Amino acid sequence: MNTIPTPAPQEAATPIVIVGHVDHGKSTLIGRLLYDTDSLPDGRVAQIIESSKKRGLTVEWSFLLDSLQIERDQGVTVDSTRIPFRLGRRQFVIVDAPGHRQFLRNMITGAADAEAAVLVVDANEGAQEQTRRHAMLLRLIGIRHVIVLMNKVDILGYDQQKIEAAERDITALLHQLEIEPTVFVPASAREGDNMAARSDRMPWYKGPTLTEALAAVPAPSSRADLPLRLPVQDVYRFDTKRIVVGRIERGRIRVGDEVVIGTHGARARIATIESWHTAPQVAAVAGQSVAVTLEPDVIPDRGDFLFPADHAPLRAARIQTRLFWLRQEPLRVGESFRLRLATAEHQVTVAAIDSVVRLEDLTEHPAEEVPPEGFAEITLAVSETMLFDPFLPGTADGRGVLVDRNQQIVGGAPLIGVAESVAGRNAIHPTGSAVSLWDRARAKGHHGGVFWMTGLPGAGKSTLARGAESRLFARGIDVSVLDGDTLRAGLCADLGFSEADRRENVRRAAAVASILAESGQVVIVALISPTVADRELARQIVGDGFHEIFIDTPQATCEQRDPKGLYAAARAGKIAGFTGIDAPYEAPASPALRVETAGASRDETADRLATYIGDAVRLDDAARRQQP
Amino acid sequence: MDDLDQLEAQSIFILREAYRKLKPLAMLWSLGKDSNVMVWLARKAFLGRVPFPVMHVDTGKKFPEMYRFRDEYTKKWNLELLLGDCPPVEEIDPTLPPAARSAARKTAGLAAMIDKYKLAGVIAGIRRDEQATRAKERVFSPRGSGHKWDVRNQPPEFWDQYATPHEPGMHVRVHPLLSWREIDIWRYIEREGIPLVDLYFAKDGKRYRSLGDQDITSPVESNASTVAEVIAELETSRTSERSGRAMDHESEDAFERLRVAGYL
Repeated sequence: MNTIPTPAPQEAATPIVIVGHVDHGKSTLIGRLLYDTDSLPDGRVAQIIESSKKRGLTVEWSFLLDSLQIERDQGVTVDSTRIPFRLGRRQFVIVDAPGHRQFLRNMITGAADAEAAVLVVDANEGAQEQTRRHAMLLRLIGIRHVIVLMNKVDILGYDQQKIEAAERDITALLHQLEIEPTVFVPASAREGDNMAARSDRMPWYKGPTLTEALAAVPAPSSRADLPLRLPVQDVYRFDTKRIVVGRIERGRIRVGDEVVIGTHGARARIATIESWHTAPQVAAVAGQSVAVTLEPDVIPDRGDFLFPADHAPLRAARIQTRLFWLRQEPLRVGESFRLRLATAEHQVTVAAIDSVVRLEDLTEHPAEEVPPEGFAEITLAVSETMLFDPFLPGTADGRGVLVDRNQQIVGGAPLIGVAESVAGRNAIHPTGSAVSLWDRARAKGHHGGVFWMTGLPGAGKSTLARGAESRLFARGIDVSVLDGDTLRAGLCADLGFSEADRRENVRRAAAVASILAESGQVVIVALISPTVADRELARQIVGDGFHEIFIDTPQATCEQRDPKGLYAAARAGKIAGFTGIDAPYEAPASPALRVETAGASRDETADRLATYIGDAVRLDDAARRQQP
Repeated sequence: MDDLDQLEAQSIFILREAYRKLKPLAMLWSLGKDSNVMVWLARKAFLGRVPFPVMHVDTGKKFPEMYRFRDEYTKKWNLELLLGDCPPVEEIDPTLPPAARSAARKTAGLAAMIDKYKLAGVIAGIRRDEQATRAKERVFSPRGSGHKWDVRNQPPEFWDQYATPHEPGMHVRVHPLLSWREIDIWRYIEREGIPLVDLYFAKDGKRYRSLGDQDITSPVESNASTVAEVIAELETSRTSERSGRAMDHESEDAFERLRVAGYL
């Protein structure tokens, strides 16, 4: 019955990521490569030729890629995708990670496990902003096999001297990043020069075509010969056996081997390797997900590394890391995260920003903060001593990932080594809460949040805040108000009204509000906070759960009310720099809520505000049902 | 380790992550080839048992062979089976094309089960190579309240670190087979001897390549009547796996609309 021979075991597909600046030809390259390697389903090429003709173009290969994706409406690609293709016996997967917004997070999602990269550079334009950004990322995720494709050489007339000059520039750039490109391929993806077939328009070029360069990418190197690292993923108790499961990150295990367990250092032997529906195993190697029993029957925790006694990992509580920061906001010293390393999780705080990479020229500079989607070297203070290996390209060790309070990944943190404690620098070690936001929300019956009310002096902010506070409290919501006068009476008593002091006032108010909100409270802040920049600062400090509310009262009305007599004093020249008189007020362009107080009663507006806040912090029904 | 060993090891890792991090957890079992492979991988991950329930969201329109298969293997594999039904088609968004509207019943049925069992995690056997929107998926794909998939704002996912739910009412779809291709599934079925509904094998020159409801799935022309013959056929085939699925061809955005709303 079964007359067809079983195919021989195959190597796993080699993932190749395609990176480069926008419009340097990534899509065209991928389209052309799929066509040249005969990787397209029937009828696809005819469709492309047809669509191209319709638009008066010769064959437009990028249509191919875009038609494989969902973004047909705007012609914009939102997220990475993976396209398999084959060269001879060998399987590849092209990781295509385009998209401009949130590029970094989508690119890293696709590219982090790539074995090699094709860096596409327009030979006419040379390295551009994204060329540098992508090259930097290749270095940080440890991709050392880089094929540089000098694209669009047709525009340079296939001129050897011009092409080689462009190569020299890119070589210098990559050299700064300690990346030695494996090969430069001068090519025209559109014309097919040096893609799958050698171009006869560049007889001087003796190197490989792109497909030859890909075929020469080494197969994933084996991690089996390095010292054992087996991070514990879980411990099961099935029947009477206690079974420790995890994936071997490197090295190998054999029944009878002695291993050390985690930071506590207990020792045990691998008693058995358990499996189901396979032949009995006595050994396993890197890459395998295993289940073992230990003798004696010690109980490791998730996150404990099993390692050989003579090859222990490093141990430290201050660690230097490289960082690629994925958030759209800057990162500052003092911020706390969870550091995930394989299956381990540690509470960490950014103790120092050692240097930040300036993307214009890829040089490192001291800085106060890591810019949005920036690259830096930072020092992390860990809440307890942890075990780690310094990051090495091609290994799974030392690949730290920063995770925020909401379990969202906010950065990649390849670990470099133990950080020296620098004398004179403040070591910051805030401890992290073991109580999650979710736990707090469930206990209180609502989320925390910060409702930031801005408006002119006399607009009615404090009055409204207090009105909403009473209403929310009556509904069982844990609520408090921070207003300008309360703050300036105590916490901010040392501050005046200069621009710098006003900004500091906002910063402190936001920091206090943030702490309260993290403990599950609803905080209403009533502060003039006249500038967009100040409120943006507050938004950054608070992060998720920040709501900007504009109390929109005409200045004439405010001045008429003048509850504290301040407008009168300002008009009389007794107060300088008074908002609305001789200092500007920048109204929010798109607040989460706008409350117009003129022509409405106090009760109406307070009801409205309380309703908005109540809705915003309410747990939805599904969540309530999840209450234990 | 060859490519199947590697796929298997990665899927086991993902299943164990899901079991550790998402409680309560359940696995979808559509009775098709992929979900049988998925149940099999769970048995490998947990040493012969499946420590969470499997769910069949029943449209009532499956083939009789599939119901027989379900009853037989629930017993043989000692599975805890949760059954859910689907609302009638009249209750489904009438702006969807007919086959997609019919398929959307399953989304509603699934949503009801997730709510009923308060699931934090649902393991599903989708693969990237099946359909363009599936290619965009994460291994751990968080779904907000209303079970919506926000394709434009997916979390970063790399170095085997996955996002877990952080808001009440959220759940996570876990996709342990995302990196598998159709041919990998068949080669693994052959290697492991995983049983299948025999609709996948040719009779009178036709076989099913993908199994959905009776009214929206058609067989393809084929003479492949054994697993080995199916593998040989796939190695030369240039038509897509879901060519027999009506809803994929109704309108350009039908599938995407379904998926955003929570369809698999």
